[in-house]
Order: sequence, then structure tokens, then C-alpha cells
Amino acid sequence: MGMGKESRDRIAKRAAQEVRGGMVVNLGIGIPTQVADYVPLGLQVVFHAENGILGAGGAPEPGSEDAFLCNAGGYPVTVVEGASYCDSAIAFAMIRRGRVDLTILGALEVSERGDLANWIVPGKRVAGIGGAMELAQKARKVIVLMNHVNKLGASKIRKACELPLTAPRCADLIITEMAVIEVTEEGLLLREVMLPYTVEEVIRHTEAELRLADPILFIP
Amino acid sequence: MHASLPSKVSTLEEALSRINDGCTLMYGGFGGIGNPPTLIDGLLAKGVKDLTIIGNDTGFPHIGIGRLVTAGRVKKVIASHIGSNPFAGQKMEDGSMEVEFFPQGTLAEKIRAGGVGLGGIVLDVGVGTMMAEGRQTVVLNGTTYIVEPALTADVAIVHASKADPYGNLVYDKSGRNMNPLVAMAGQLTIAEADEIVPLGDLDPESIVTPGIFVDIVIPSKGVNWSWVWEKKAVTE
Repeated sequence: MGMGKESRDRIAKRAAQEVRGGMVVNLGIGIPTQVADYVPLGLQVVFHAENGILGAGGAPEPGSEDAFLCNAGGYPVTVVEGASYCDSAIAFAMIRRGRVDLTILGALEVSERGDLANWIVPGKRVAGIGGAMELAQKARKVIVLMNHVNKLGASKIRKACELPLTAPRCADLIITEMAVIEVTEEGLLLREVMLPYTVEEVIRHTEAELRLADPILFIP
Repeated sequence: MHASLPSKVSTLEEALSRINDGCTLMYGGFGGIGNPPTLIDGLLAKGVKDLTIIGNDTGFPHIGIGRLVTAGRVKKVIASHIGSNPFAGQKMEDGSMEVEFFPQGTLAEKIRAGGVGLGGIVLDVGVGTMMAEGRQTVVLNGTTYIVEPALTADVAIVHASKADPYGNLVYDKSGRNMNPLVAMAGQLTIAEADEIVPLGDLDPESIVTPGIFVDIVIPSKGVNWSWVWEKKAVTE
């Protein structure tokens, strides 16, 4: 939503650093999908797609696409050795049962206690829920990628969400074009600032209270 | 004595004669992939209308089940997502089509429950959100769960890569998605298969949907739409 390519790439690149070898990872649509491009080659990550692929690989060579091997967004993928296919109920069993280690999702708002709103703006056209509720509530770790502020310049990191929730108390980490913020029991902790933004700018654009990590890392 | 299983192989015409105005139609597929193309084509040609359709999503405007939505044949949708079909959003807004959303995994499990003869499911996904509003809850082992009734349909239409005459089905990679669940939840289940193989050709160990759930098998003419990624390749 109105974010420059540079910001999107930067957010995706930073999020990729949270992906560890051996993890089962589900990436949402949008910037989260881009995260896969920055995961180091050779890191053994099991990508889960909610349309029934465990072990999804990268995009196929042009010309060798298989219409019956696509990701949840409808675009062709490949599979890695050891991959499996399943029906939608099993794909969500994996999520609900807590077997997905990490999900990376987009957001409309996140609150200081980690509530996530990412599916409906009352009065506006609704695309639907998709798999977001299960992923947000049941993945072991939830990372939220988004613009720090909305189109009107208002903070998307709120004291409390105004929009209907996707799941309460689910977000663990928020990555924006300005900052990396951890959701802790004591509230939000500003860990990293993306240069050239400053700590003061991040605080000014964040409605929720921020505690400051010591030291705060500055990301070039 | 030699016993063999009955054949359910039939024609598109016979299959279409069982799907009529106002019926509740469940369909397999995810983003168009795994929607049965020949049955959808047939329904468009027959002019069936006022359908209540139940499935993962409403495809794309010119792909899969989305074509029935675009053509205005649908009165109500029960799905998890309609975002890839702008006509669905438009019809929802102007009130010409009702849409009921469920979280994707909840929808899949409601359909599965209908298919396996359960009255419903209990789950904690959506507790603390709008999904819990106005819904019955139950406390089991100290956790609050939402009670969701099972879903079934008058007719279920599925796409398989291979079927045998008894209706045993195997699917094609990510084209499996909702198909095996939907196949169990129809009062009448029609499977369209890319290939109908002789009885005994499918390895019993590899069959995903046992033929007991399938009533009619018809041959597929294959997908007759362009996929979004194909269009993209052309326009770029």
C-alpha cells in the first residue's frame, strides 16, 4: 500500500534475518512473499503454503510452470526434495496444531499488546479473511511487516486497535520502513532504527508507548 | 465368483441435469486451481442461477468458479476470500450477492465435518474477534471454544486428475486443496477427471478419495481459461 520498492525490499531483507534453518515458515501475500528472496541459499527452510504444499520452492523457470503447482496467491512454484501435498484441512491442521514455527504477515494496525488487525476496514470493500486468523493465532512466532504510518500519516502502531481484530495478542515483532519493534510483556521495545530515521522520528510516528532498547541498533 | 464395482461414469448432460436453480453447490479449488472447468462451463451454458456456492474463494473474474460469480448466477457465497475477484466485491457492495466469510481453516474443517458425518466443530480460532460474536461457545478442558455447525451441500463438484469408474480419485499436486473435503460433503458428488482409468489401474494405496463418496464421474475437457501468471507473461 503505497510503499516504495526500496522500503519494501528493506523490510523484506530485515525480516529474512529472522528466518532460521529448520524452521517451518508461512509467508503472507505482499511484502511477506518477498522475504523468501532474501533467505540465504543453503538455509534449510520448509515453506508451508495453506493451499496444501509443505516444502514449496522458488518460482520455476519461465516455460516450465505447472498450473497445478501454485502458491496460495495462484502463482507457480516448485517443490523441494521431501515436499508433500495435502488437502486444505490438513494444511490448517499443521497451523492450528502449532507446527508452523514462523509466519510473516501484513497489517493494517498493531496494538502495543500485540493485537493484530489485518482483514477488514468497516465500510470498505472486504477481500476476506483467508488463512490469516489461523496463522496469526497459532503460528509459534508472528512477525508483522507494514508501513509505519497509514496514507493519512497516522501511526499504524496503536495503543489499541480500532479496526476489528484478526487475533488478539499474537504479534511478536513489528518491522516497518522506520524501525524494528519487539512486542514484550512490558509493552513495545524499540530495538532497531532504519537510517536515516532517528529515534525521535520513530517515537513521533508511533502512537503506542515505546521503551528503548539499550543499545538501539541503527540499520544502514 | 467374480465381483466388480459398479460404474458411475456418465455424461456432462446427465451431471448438469442434477444441478438446478437455487441449489447449494459446493466446489473444490483454490484460486481457480482445482475448480472443475467442464462442469462450470456446463453450468454457465445451462443458465443455472440463484446458486448458493460454498468453497475456498471466488477465483478470478474469468477463472474457475469466478466465472459463475461474474455472470451473476450466484445469490450467496460462503468462502474465506473473494479478493481476487473484484466482481464478487462489487456484487457484495451493491447487495446483489450475499457473502459469508469464515477463516480458511475453519471453513475447510466445517466442510470436512459435514463430509464425515459430524454436526459441527469446536475451535478456538477467532476467539476474541468478530468471528466469536453471536456464536455459541463451549468450555472444554478449561479452554473456550467457538461452536461451528458443519456444512453440506445439495451438490458437490470436484476436479481430479484421475478417476476410475467407481469414483476413486487422485488429485494433481496443489490442485488437491479443498477437493477431497468437498467430495465428501455433497448429497450428490460429481467428479470431473482429466483421465478416467480402468478399474484396478489406481493403486489402492494411493487413492485420496475412496469412490464411496462419489456418485457421478465425467471426463474433463480441461482448463479453458488463461491463468493469471500466463496473462502476466503475455502483457509483459
